[in-house]
Amino acid sequence: MSLALSHFNAAVLFAVFASTVFGITQRNNVRDQVRYGLYCFVMFVGGVLLAGWLMWLLRR
Amino acid sequence: MANSSISKKNAAEVRAAQVPSQPLSVISIVAPAVGWLIPGAGHLIQKRWIRGLLLMASIVLMFVFGVLMDGRIYRPNGGDILDILGFVGDVGAGGLYIVSLARDLGQGPIAHATADYGTKFLIVAGLLNFISVADAYHIAIGKKP
Repeated sequence: MSLALSHFNAAVLFAVFASTVFGITQRNNVRDQVRYGLYCFVMFVGGVLLAGWLMWLLRR
Repeated sequence: MANSSISKKNAAEVRAAQVPSQPLSVISIVAPAVGWLIPGAGHLIQKRWIRGLLLMASIVLMFVFGVLMDGRIYRPNGGDILDILGFVGDVGAGGLYIVSLARDLGQGPIAHATADYGTKFLIVAGLLNFISVADAYHIAIGKKP
């Protein structure tokens, strides 16, 4: 069985897993863990979108 | 300039000397070891159930997705520096890495872009497990609640 994900879907999955681990391991209480996890997720996905638009601009 | 850097160094040494050294307990050795072998288990044996399960789900799923995407699993090697670093990342996944090697998974050629993403998923799953192991150790020595 082989899984064929688009680049964006793979990046979002990556962001979900990495953010979960970062949130749990880098903060001490539950509230901070959730906030930091969400922050990391937004940064990951935002970075992907920003890089995508930058590459689109460079290509034009 | 030189004096200030020396005084900073001395201050750091004084602070380090003031921090009480943590006694080496059984759990501080067992938790990281178990956490490396089974991602998240280092937290579970310390009764951090939700954290442990979330870490386990994240790392195991990331590794499984990497395998399903036909990612490459690096064997121990002494060749190219990137191959060596790939092995270091992969080996962080502990039991998942050992089982994958035993079942000869992830040894095919990287024939499409998704397989390259899969290779990165596998390496990062291992690296995330290293962070998880360090966290389990910090909990075991009482540095983290």
